[in-house]
Amino acid sequence: MDKTLPDLAAAVAGIEDGMTVMIGGFGGSGAPIELVHALIDRFLATGHPKNLTVVNNNAGNGHVGLAALIEQGMVAKLICSFPRSADPRVFTDAYLAGKIELELVPQGTLAERIRAGGAGIPAFYTPTSFGTDLAKGKPVEEFEGRAYVQERWLKADYALVKADRGDTLGNLTYRMAARNFGPLMCMAARTAIVQVSALVEPGSIDPETVVTPGIFVQGIVQVANPAQEEDLNRANARYPEDAA
Amino acid sequence: MSKLTSTQIAWRAAQDIADGAYVNLGIGFPEMVAKFQPPGRQAIFHTENGILGFGEAPAAGSEDWDLINAGKKAVTIKPGTAFFHHADSFAMVRGGHLDVAILGAYEVAETGDLANWSTGPKGVPAVGGAMDLVHGAKRVAVITDHVTKDGKPKLVKTCTLPLTGVGCVTRVYTSLAVVDVQDGRFVLREKLAALSFDELQSMTGATLYIDGDVADLTVPEL
Repeated sequence: MDKTLPDLAAAVAGIEDGMTVMIGGFGGSGAPIELVHALIDRFLATGHPKNLTVVNNNAGNGHVGLAALIEQGMVAKLICSFPRSADPRVFTDAYLAGKIELELVPQGTLAERIRAGGAGIPAFYTPTSFGTDLAKGKPVEEFEGRAYVQERWLKADYALVKADRGDTLGNLTYRMAARNFGPLMCMAARTAIVQVSALVEPGSIDPETVVTPGIFVQGIVQVANPAQEEDLNRANARYPEDAA
Repeated sequence: MSKLTSTQIAWRAAQDIADGAYVNLGIGFPEMVAKFQPPGRQAIFHTENGILGFGEAPAAGSEDWDLINAGKKAVTIKPGTAFFHHADSFAMVRGGHLDVAILGAYEVAETGDLANWSTGPKGVPAVGGAMDLVHGAKRVAVITDHVTKDGKPKLVKTCTLPLTGVGCVTRVYTSLAVVDVQDGRFVLREKLAALSFDELQSMTGATLYIDGDVADLTVPEL
């Protein structure tokens, strides 16, 4: 078995109109910039995919990565906790113009909904958001004298995730706080596509250090020196580069 | 009228953090609390995006953007740092494993209700981890000016802004006083010596109760 994909274009080839796509990262850390840009390349060449529902903690920063995906008009709905950043103009403009729908989810609830989606748990109860606007319409139940809000699992057709090392079976390690949502999204997606800085043979990763076991990963592609969103933004980069 | 600066409020809140406490500091103003740990005490700081025991900001130019805090600012690792994914991070939050969370506030009600995430329906709403952080930590403390920029009380009977959490705040450190939330009422613990109780009450939107001694709120020049 070998889950290696030939290139970035092949990695995103199966994403179709209307799909739900989880994109890893917290701000720029862990953002799979190259996979997202490959998806934009496909859209520019073919007009697809569009009308995507994207799950990410944020809503992009500047004009690269997720922000560029939104700027192309490929995203119909965003499920996130914090749609602000140093430069949130792309999302803000689209949202205020009514071009993109927002489902705002508390960050811990977002993480747990994704985890639940990957773990086969359709719903769970959390104290988070009880008595607030974000709990409106959700079932509430009392446990040990305290009120909890019912939240539902979140699943996806695809996850696009950045890891550090990965073997051809899909076992992954991450780099520092770039781990964030990656392991959860790999679990919750029917097809998890991972870009790794180093693609290695099975046996090269100490089994004790595997963070995401390969069962949660369907495709892996090497991007040897991945871009950091923060560095791109400090250089005022845009994607595609000739975008006005 | 003299009042504490933001730095001094942060200093005062830091004095109540025990050695070895696991602490989450909200982004922005609360992050300053980390600077004022009393000598001999070491708290372990948690950040939502998956780090326990991170160190100070690195020098400009030596940032590693895979090593950031919840405010997206670069931090460093130090002996004892641990990384984990987001579900584990919020298990630490909701599961009662944090000793203290220190947050900012727009309003705090005498019932312990907190409003700190939204000023109303205008613009783009954003919540981040605020609604999670107010549940689970053994102490949920707020640091804030005692009144708004327009002089309106921030300690109130009932919050008027959208709530972050119900009955969650246990202590408030303000620019004028230290107030506990206890059994649905504000109990005054410390106030600036130059300020009379009546003056403080007039700047507070709910009744301040006295239960035992009220100490002078004393903070060094910082």
